[in-house]
Amino acid sequence: MGRTLAEKVWDDHVVRRAEGEPDLLYIDLHLLHEVTSPQAFDGLRKSGRRVRRTDLTIATEDHNTPTIDIDKPIADPVSRTQLETLRKNCAEFGVRLHPLGDREQGVVHVVGPQLGLTQPGTTVVCGDSHTSTHGAFGALAFGIGTSQVEHVLATQTLPMAPFRTMAVTVRGELPADVTAKDLILAIIARIGTGGGQGYVLEYRGEAIEKLSMEARMTICNMSIEAGARAGMIAPDETTFEYLRGRDHAPTGADWDAAVEYWRTLRTDEDAVFDHEVVIDAAELAPFVTWGTNPGQGAPLSASVPDPASFIDPSERLAAEKALEYMGLSTGQPLREIPVDTVFVGSCTNGRIEDLRAAAEVLRGRRVADGVRMLVVPGSVRVALQAVEEGLHTVFTDAGAEWRHAGCSMCLGMNPDQLKPGERSASTSNRNFEGRQGKGGRTHLVSPQVAAATAVTGHLASPADLSDHTSVPTPAGV
Amino acid sequence: MEAFTTHTGRAVPLRRSNVDTDQIIPAHWLKKVTRDGFEDGLFEAWRRDPEFVLNRPERAGATVLIAGPDFGTGSSREHAVWALQNYGFKTVISSRFADIFRGNSLKNGLLTVILDQAVVDRLWEVVEADPQAPVTVDLVERVVRAPGVETPFELDENSRRRLLEGLDDISLTLQHEDEIAAHEAERPSFKPRTLVA
Repeated sequence: MGRTLAEKVWDDHVVRRAEGEPDLLYIDLHLLHEVTSPQAFDGLRKSGRRVRRTDLTIATEDHNTPTIDIDKPIADPVSRTQLETLRKNCAEFGVRLHPLGDREQGVVHVVGPQLGLTQPGTTVVCGDSHTSTHGAFGALAFGIGTSQVEHVLATQTLPMAPFRTMAVTVRGELPADVTAKDLILAIIARIGTGGGQGYVLEYRGEAIEKLSMEARMTICNMSIEAGARAGMIAPDETTFEYLRGRDHAPTGADWDAAVEYWRTLRTDEDAVFDHEVVIDAAELAPFVTWGTNPGQGAPLSASVPDPASFIDPSERLAAEKALEYMGLSTGQPLREIPVDTVFVGSCTNGRIEDLRAAAEVLRGRRVADGVRMLVVPGSVRVALQAVEEGLHTVFTDAGAEWRHAGCSMCLGMNPDQLKPGERSASTSNRNFEGRQGKGGRTHLVSPQVAAATAVTGHLASPADLSDHTSVPTPAGV
Repeated sequence: MEAFTTHTGRAVPLRRSNVDTDQIIPAHWLKKVTRDGFEDGLFEAWRRDPEFVLNRPERAGATVLIAGPDFGTGSSREHAVWALQNYGFKTVISSRFADIFRGNSLKNGLLTVILDQAVVDRLWEVVEADPQAPVTVDLVERVVRAPGVETPFELDENSRRRLLEGLDDISLTLQHEDEIAAHEAERPSFKPRTLVA
């Protein structure tokens, strides 16, 4: 019988298979950041172990880093200690590190792909659940805990329990105003936050094949929000073109050998998935969340749902608690929800295409009075590219704040946080209670919806922007 | 890792689904560089409410957490497991756990027990009716016992053995050094490297 993409990549990395034991998998790339690694390095030190393959390991600083005044000492002493600990550990164990201020610094899941380190058919791990991002290249990529980080540092392998496979087939073409973010939010609303549990998802179908690499990363990034172990997309010409010429992409004969191998990484015609979900792309529309988990979402044109409409009792209770926390009532049109803050950034939507999309909506317009908009590029490279294209001035001319690279308000570990009761439209990945700051309320949106929301002051899509809210670009500019 | 064989203690009924790891331990606690001292951060936002179940005097000293479905979703932070253990929990019962959280818990000796939601409902009723009701999680027999309830649970034999014996995963893997080296020798030259010679 044929095999799926996930099964092929898995099989190629089995170091040891024995009855009654989980497979021992080889790890091709291990990404590190400051938050989930200190206790792992500590474990190595206590056991007198070294990092087995420093040449397959790379670290960056992202979760804690400030996005303003980066030339000054970090104000929060605890954050500073954590960053200094990473620097000390990387120096001691010989791990390549891109610290704050470095040209290659940025969110770990933006850095790996842009360096060309994330490649088809590789296994990628990181002590971060959004490692699923790298599956966009046809890599098997999953988030791990700190004990597993230590395990990979010491052995370059991981014992992994078997997985099931789920095909998420997106038929047809996405409407012009529907983005990858809308698509993945709609997929999560369909399968639920626990629906992917134990599965590796493979996104396929015409709509997926037409997506750029950056859009594919947005899709795979949020696989974890459906509870999935990982999300993958088969590599194709789009993938190869993205990789060609990148710093760590193969060259010469290695490139040819790699592409030949990468072309085999497709699910066989006769392979069988354990489960399949089919989505009709034409039925999709801009999508936003109303609740406190990423599965609680609806089309922007809808209204806040009635918790009583949920058949499952735990979902009903979750919806009741979510509406209470979010300060929303049943029947309220989503378009009428006002926001205080708009955040564009994160490993979900902090790449250059995301910034271009937000800038296009904002060009010649103004952020509404009383709304704060933060634009945080996913990496220093993304920031430099945006500056080269003049996007930063589009943002600042509109009244948005242009910041330095990092995770920032996605999780509020640095000073970029919501205040209690504040409401955001955010291009990040989680709308959990307090995720963006104690008592903060989050609506997950695409970069386009984020920018339109910033202009109107309430949840909106670019199509909602009438000439009344648009300031024409002065002639000759 | 501390071994887990059998544990009996009083329980906390947490009637919530989708308890994500941001609720278990908020991000600002993640700046610490140790595995201990997270107990005050456990469910920090909810604990500000004096009526929150963990704050009830009759739940003081409880060691068994009985939660709704999809416990531990979201962030991979192992700090969530450390926070539960630092607070004093030895085991968590739910009808469904997020994969990464479950992996993290079993690596730290916090036993996560999967039971049908109908059984979880019964356990909630038992421990809500009598906060002193003892709940036993017996990994040797793979059984959960509470007054009027006795129910088996599943756990793969490999995980069970590692927990019962408190085995260190890394030492076990390093016994297969020759197999790791053999795999490394076969890796194609086009695979990426972070350090360029």
